[in-house]
Amino acid sequence: MNWFTRVRNTLPFIGKRDTPDNLWIKCPNCQDMVFVKEYEENLSVCPNCGHHGRIGADRRLEILLDEGYDVLPQPQVTEDPLKFKDTKRYVDRLKQARAKNPHRDAFTVGSGTIEGKPAVVGVQDFGFMGGSMGMAVGAAFCNGAQKALDRRAAYIVVTAAGGARMQEGILSLMQMPKATVMTRRLKEAGLPYIVVLSDPTTGGVTASYAMLGDIHMAEPGALIGFAGQRVIQDTIREQLPDGFQRAEYLYRHGMVDLVVERKDMRGTLSDLLEYLQPQAAA
Amino acid sequence: MNGYLEFEKPVAQLEARIAELRSSAEDDSVDISSEISRLEIKSAALLASTYASLTPWQKTQVARHPRRPHFRDYVEHTFDDFLPLGGDRYYGEDEAILGGFAKLGDRRVMLIGHEKGHDTESRLRHNFGMGKPEGYRKAIRLMELAGRFGLPVITLVDTSGAFPGIEAEERGQAEAIARSTEACLALPVPMVAAIVGEGGSGGAVALASANRVLMLEHAVYSVISPEGCASILWRTAEKASDAAQAMKVTSHDLEKLGVIDRIVMEPSGGAHRDHTLAGELLGEALETELASLAAMSSEQVIRQREDRFLSISG
Repeated sequence: MNWFTRVRNTLPFIGKRDTPDNLWIKCPNCQDMVFVKEYEENLSVCPNCGHHGRIGADRRLEILLDEGYDVLPQPQVTEDPLKFKDTKRYVDRLKQARAKNPHRDAFTVGSGTIEGKPAVVGVQDFGFMGGSMGMAVGAAFCNGAQKALDRRAAYIVVTAAGGARMQEGILSLMQMPKATVMTRRLKEAGLPYIVVLSDPTTGGVTASYAMLGDIHMAEPGALIGFAGQRVIQDTIREQLPDGFQRAEYLYRHGMVDLVVERKDMRGTLSDLLEYLQPQAAA
Repeated sequence: MNGYLEFEKPVAQLEARIAELRSSAEDDSVDISSEISRLEIKSAALLASTYASLTPWQKTQVARHPRRPHFRDYVEHTFDDFLPLGGDRYYGEDEAILGGFAKLGDRRVMLIGHEKGHDTESRLRHNFGMGKPEGYRKAIRLMELAGRFGLPVITLVDTSGAFPGIEAEERGQAEAIARSTEACLALPVPMVAAIVGEGGSGGAVALASANRVLMLEHAVYSVISPEGCASILWRTAEKASDAAQAMKVTSHDLEKLGVIDRIVMEPSGGAHRDHTLAGELLGEALETELASLAAMSSEQVIRQREDRFLSISG
């Protein structure tokens, strides 16, 4: 978001936009000014430094799946189960997030093919309340897994989340075992489950379905970890190493199979699916 | 007894007064035993009423009380013949998470849980109950062992959370927690978890994805600590009390939400006042739950556990 968008968004009489609406965008990494059209054609990756910007669910599905895929309906879940209020009511935060996003929550599922191979793709959108995992995210994740089971398709999940959705308290934590029930069912059904870690993936999401893939891929530079960096610093009072919790760092420590650029993601997934063809149920 | 919490001050004053009377009763021959027993009744009633209406934040303090019984206390008061087993076979032995064979009544079980420690030396050794990847991987190993030999698994959950540190991240803290949750869900034997103190986030759920989840009366279980939640949403940790209230962290709230199956009552004034009784009450509850699961086949045990978590809907 550049200064013009920022200023625009503070004006009460104009609708908010989360997409840049003028010609130039400033790369958050190298600060280079990039032509918006060029940036978008380059899949929101900076043509100068290769920084992978965050993208929404629809764009992600478009990039990964063949044309003509279906988007699954958002599951119905109890909304605001705790009647949560901090400095703002949770229902108002939800309303606000929905006003800025084409989807009702942070996890969207597309069902289709990748270069002809059956695939269900679940995408977590950091743009919706930091991608945080509450009951809607958990339910959508499970629906996607069920769709893959029904279609005997691969399940691919692109993760992005600050962690659990605190406003749903313990019920957000319960999404961890819930999602894990489904990853186990995929495994038992002989279907591949592939995780694509995008920036950022932290907290309870990392500590459940994001780390249970048959294959873990990560986008370059993506922040991936369990604990937040500030929490770690406050606990150990030491300087964090360079590149700590970045995709390449996780690769070096054996936590991901591949660091793959966004432009190569679809092709790599397709290659992987050639090897990971659905097997007879265990 | 020392270590009174802030809200226990009126009780502390009464108990101090009783102690004072007792010592003066030894000095002279005036009979003040009736006064002492009157005050004792008053003190017990005050303690009971205080603990009957604790706020979520007060419960958090009780759950973290330094004298609250921990894993090793339950080993002493709830179980027999504990035979500890060590190591994850990959990296090391993490004393934040202990485990081994034990007997609960006549039943042989696998017992796993967090241990916080009870003094400076032991707290450091047990890393305040904050498990590292090797601790969760040891838990996985022990669960799988229990599964193969038909031993029910009991876990005692008591952690502020998994350890947030550089090395823990490097060795795959997130993966270890995810795999531990997966191992719980894959167990072909009954598993009963008890949140005995703090159930802190992923580090807790990794040992609590069980057929039955029990919770001690004054334990707390939450997705993030009240301080953590407050500093993120209210931008100050001083709102921890509000955050504890809003997040619904108490046993009674979580029973209503269907997240836990049974509340285990504590001795009057909290488990820290009577380790023996607390251990016995927990033992009775665990035996009842294990008995209710004993007739299930492996498939039924797995299916029941899966359905339990799939159906939680607030």
